[in-house]
Amino acid sequence: MNLQAIRAIYGFEMNRTRRTLGQSVVSPVLSTSLYFVVFGSAIGPRMAEVGGVPYGAFIVPGLMMLTLLTQSISNAAFAIYFPRFTGTIYELLSAPVSPFEIVAGYVGAAATKSTVLGIIILATASLFVPLEIRHPFWVLGFLVLTAVTFSLFGFIIGIWADGFERLQLIPMLVITPLTFLGGTFYSLDMLPPVWRTVTLFNPVVYLVSGFRWSFFGHSDVRVEVSFAMTLAFLAVCLFTVRWMFRTGYRLKS
Amino acid sequence: MSAPATRDSFKSDSSGSPSTSVITVSGLGKTYATGHVALKDVSLDIRRGEIFALLGPNGAGKTTLISIICGLVNATAGKVEVAGYDIVADYRAARSRIGLVPQELTTDSFESVWATVSFSRGLFGRKANPAHIEKVLRSLSLWDKKDARIMTLSGGMKRRVLIAKALSHEPEVLFLDEPSAGVDVELRRDMWRLVRELRDEGVTIILTTHYLEEAEEMADRVGVIAKGELILVEEKATLMRKLGKKQLTVELTVPLSALPQALADFGLALSGDGTRLTYTYATNREGDDDGLSIAGLLAALSSEGIAFKDLHTEQSSLEDIFVSLVRRAP
Ligand SMILES: Nc1ncnc2c1ncn2[C@@H]1O[C@H](COP(=O)(O)OP(=O)(O)O)[C@@H](O)[C@H]1O
Ligand SMILES: [Mg+2]
Repeated sequence: MNLQAIRAIYGFEMNRTRRTLGQSVVSPVLSTSLYFVVFGSAIGPRMAEVGGVPYGAFIVPGLMMLTLLTQSISNAAFAIYFPRFTGTIYELLSAPVSPFEIVAGYVGAAATKSTVLGIIILATASLFVPLEIRHPFWVLGFLVLTAVTFSLFGFIIGIWADGFERLQLIPMLVITPLTFLGGTFYSLDMLPPVWRTVTLFNPVVYLVSGFRWSFFGHSDVRVEVSFAMTLAFLAVCLFTVRWMFRTGYRLKS
Repeated sequence: MSAPATRDSFKSDSSGSPSTSVITVSGLGKTYATGHVALKDVSLDIRRGEIFALLGPNGAGKTTLISIICGLVNATAGKVEVAGYDIVADYRAARSRIGLVPQELTTDSFESVWATVSFSRGLFGRKANPAHIEKVLRSLSLWDKKDARIMTLSGGMKRRVLIAKALSHEPEVLFLDEPSAGVDVELRRDMWRLVRELRDEGVTIILTTHYLEEAEEMADRVGVIAKGELILVEEKATLMRKLGKKQLTVELTVPLSALPQALADFGLALSGDGTRLTYTYATNREGDDDGLSIAGLLAALSSEGIAFKDLHTEQSSLEDIFVSLVRRAP
């Protein structure tokens, strides 16, 4: 195991984050605050409690997931796409590093960043709404698991993308709608039965639901199912990355 | 000339291989996804401690060959061993011995020189060693730029940074892909000084070039590649002797209508207007005492009563040799 290499990649990426600290922290915190002003403070008081939880608090897990998903994907996608774009990836390909070490470095850094971001958002949210967390261990668990899984997914997109447009495409066209329609702002039983069934094909539903369970102790979908679905998605991503490195897909000619 | 093949055998202990080759390429072939055949059945041994110049016109396959050895491109046929380690099966052992300076100026932008060079060392699995990084940066006149962001550097400085990155992990083999492309005189001079120093330390150096004076000046051995085929590998000195030709041109005072029989042995060429005789002879014939020397020719001319007003000789450079080889290639 080339631990030095993992450290080098991880350190390089974390330095990049530090350099762009402003934009990487300020903008998600700002947009989350806006959500709370609008949904929590303005609209929230007019909404009924959802399953015994005030609406303002109810949307916290969903909002955290929204940021976690988009940030994990775009961080990791950019981290590997940029060296491909500039050509500096030559060094990575010529180095004595295994695919696992490369992924550990890049995905580890991206996941660290979005986990920290998630915690910052949680702290911001607690300024707006009183929060009581039932299962703090599981909050952290889902946070890290989701960050890793979607950083891995972003990494795949970064290898697949052959232009900056494509790099933006997935987060914009797929993740944001899935998150909004994944129960971020509502509980599934607020939906008509048909839509409730359709929604169950949305993987984000399981993430938000599981995450919400760790906050409030109850959820739309059983937490075991949520957990299993997240692990399944992680496994799919792992196999895809392994395949990409094995075949040299878009990395080597 | 010292024998590069036996130099530095002390360093081969790490390879566990008794042979003096540090890189063995056998039957290497590459067909790109486009169907373009970039390499055809290339076999080559690089000796430990030598400076090897891979010479060929643009598109010959030099970068492809280097890229396969370094792990950037997958070969479609054949195999490569570095210090006895297969580049696919034992890629860690193989790659950790190699430093690559790519043809294109591909550097980070926002990082400092120090950070990017230290990064390379870590990537290649070596423990941080500020003293070594300092030595490398100093030898490339980069020391006072160590905290500068790479994007603020000139092209020449960026090239130095790439060399520093390649040397950061103390490689046994250094690849320089077109090191002189777009490089100023000063950097070229620094680079050749560095290459010689590295060679003296036992590092094997493989450079590609189509600047022929470079190969002529630097290399111990030269390989000529054209259209994906390795046409020839030779000690540079041998190559020069074997293929190097000298030409003596004699401007005659009175035009000749035909060559006299007495001069037949020399294989002279007479120009159309009969005013110029051209004598082509291999440089390795110099010193042969069969009467076919320049002195012999001049004696024969005077005994035939052929007067001349001028004469001059030309020696073919590596460039001429190269051009004639590539023309001959299929
Ligand atoms: N990724 C690629 N896909 C298709 N053809 C390529 C690729 N890279 C190089 N080639 C072609 O292979 C040939 C050899 O290229 P290269 O090895 O770069 O030559 P050199 O370095 O000797 O100039 C060229 O004709 C080039 O166009
Ligand atoms: Mg080239």
